[in-house]
Parts: sequence; structure tokens; C-alpha cells
Amino acid sequence: MLGRNKHQKPPMTARIERPLSPHIQTYRWTLTMALSIVHRATGIALYVGTLLLAWWLIAAASGPAAYAHVQAFSGSIIGRLIVFGYTWALMHHMLSGIRHFVWDLGYGFKANEREALTWGALIGGIVLTVLVWIIAYAIGGGR
Amino acid sequence: MSATDTPKRSMRTPLGRVRNLGAAHSGTSDFWRQRITGVAMTLLMIPVVVIVMMLLGRNQAGAAQILGSLPIAVILLLFIAASAWHMKIGMQVVIEDYVHNEKLKLIAIMLNNFFSVAVALASTYAILKLSSGV
Repeated sequence: MLGRNKHQKPPMTARIERPLSPHIQTYRWTLTMALSIVHRATGIALYVGTLLLAWWLIAAASGPAAYAHVQAFSGSIIGRLIVFGYTWALMHHMLSGIRHFVWDLGYGFKANEREALTWGALIGGIVLTVLVWIIAYAIGGGR
Repeated sequence: MSATDTPKRSMRTPLGRVRNLGAAHSGTSDFWRQRITGVAMTLLMIPVVVIVMMLLGRNQAGAAQILGSLPIAVILLLFIAASAWHMKIGMQVVIEDYVHNEKLKLIAIMLNNFFSVAVALASTYAILKLSSGV
């Protein structure tokens, strides 16, 4: 639009400059917005993480040597961090997904309801992850 | 096929065109399958976590014996099928949202299909091998 001669009609083929809808940076950040992105990010992480699950199952089917490799990796500090992160991504994505099921059924759209659901998924995901790891250490450490 | 392909004489309203199979001509099957597989995995989550707990700290022989038992193999096979389908649909949505170049988009969607099927088949093969005790 800048520099266009106001006295001249634009040719019919000219691209009409229409207002664009504001992009994401324009909006005030809300919890549901941030968690929508986290839902996607955890989904992508879980997608890549299926390689680890496939590796683990194939190793179990292959034999003791292959399985020892997986155990050496999952027992290392980096391995434990990755599996811990994977546990959180899985728990969070599941609870966040349940939140989506509630919305799909037409409930929980009021401001306080959607905030409560989102906080529930966020806190619940962390609590479940810690709980699973406490049980895992209690069981795995005993063997 | 966009709305401009519709003959000018058509009596169909825009709403009528979007109903049933919709603008993409494939309907809402992906949306629905995303929900089915999501619910399935939610239901399977506790059994799957229990199975993983059962395997912790065991050697290959112990793990293979547990993974080869019928109920555990079935639960894991269901979980593998649901997760592969779920992640294929989810990643396709992400690709369609962010990859705007048409050719790149088609390549990415193809690779997504290959990856999801490969992971699912490899995992399924491992479970079946453990179940048959080969």
C-alpha cells in the first residue's frame, strides 16, 4: 500500500491488500495457549521416543548382548534423563489429551473451568511422573 | 478441488459443500481415529506402566519370558497399533500446519507414514518373535 498513487486506480490484476489476522506475538500469553504448544511439543517428543521403545523391544527379542546395550544406555545418567523426560511427556500428553476429550464433549469452556483443567494437566503430569519413578526405583532397586 | 470448481448454477450452499466429506473430501475420519486411539491408549496406560515396572531390573531372559506371555503381548500389540496410528495423524497435522511448500509437505507426509509404519512393524515383529519363542 505504501507508495501507491492515490489518484490512480490499481489494475484489476493487482493483489488487493487486505488486513491480515494478527500473528501469535500480538496476543497476551495465556496458560491454555502455552499448554497447547506444550501438548504439541510433547507429542513430537513422544513420536521420536518411539524409536527407543522399538529398540528396547527388538533388543529383548534379539538376545542378551543386545538387551545389555539397552540396559547400559537406560541405566546411564543421560539415559535416565531421557527416560524421565519421556515419562513426563507421556503423562502430560495423556492428561492434556483427556482435557481435550472433555472439551470435545462440550464441557469445560468457561474461563475458570478451562484454566482448572489446564492446571490439572500440568500439575497432574508432574505428580504422575514423580510417582511412577518412585515406584520404579522401589521395584527396580529391589531386584 | 476448490469451491471455484463448482458450476455457477449449483444450488448447493457453502455449508452443504462442507458437510459430509467436507472440503478435503476425506471427511473427519482422521479426527475420529485420533480420538479412538487416544482413548485406547488412555485405557491401556495403567497396564502398560505395570508391564514396564515388571521388567525393571530383569535380564534379557526374564524380560523375554514376561514379554512373551499372551496377555502382556496382546496389551503391548494394542498399545503399539494405537500409538503408531495416533502419532501418524498427529505429526501429519503438525506438518500440514507448518510446512507450506507443497512438495516439501508431500515428502514430509510420506516420510511420516514410512516412519510410523516402520516403528509399528518393527515393534510388532519383536513382540511376535518373543511370543513364538523363536
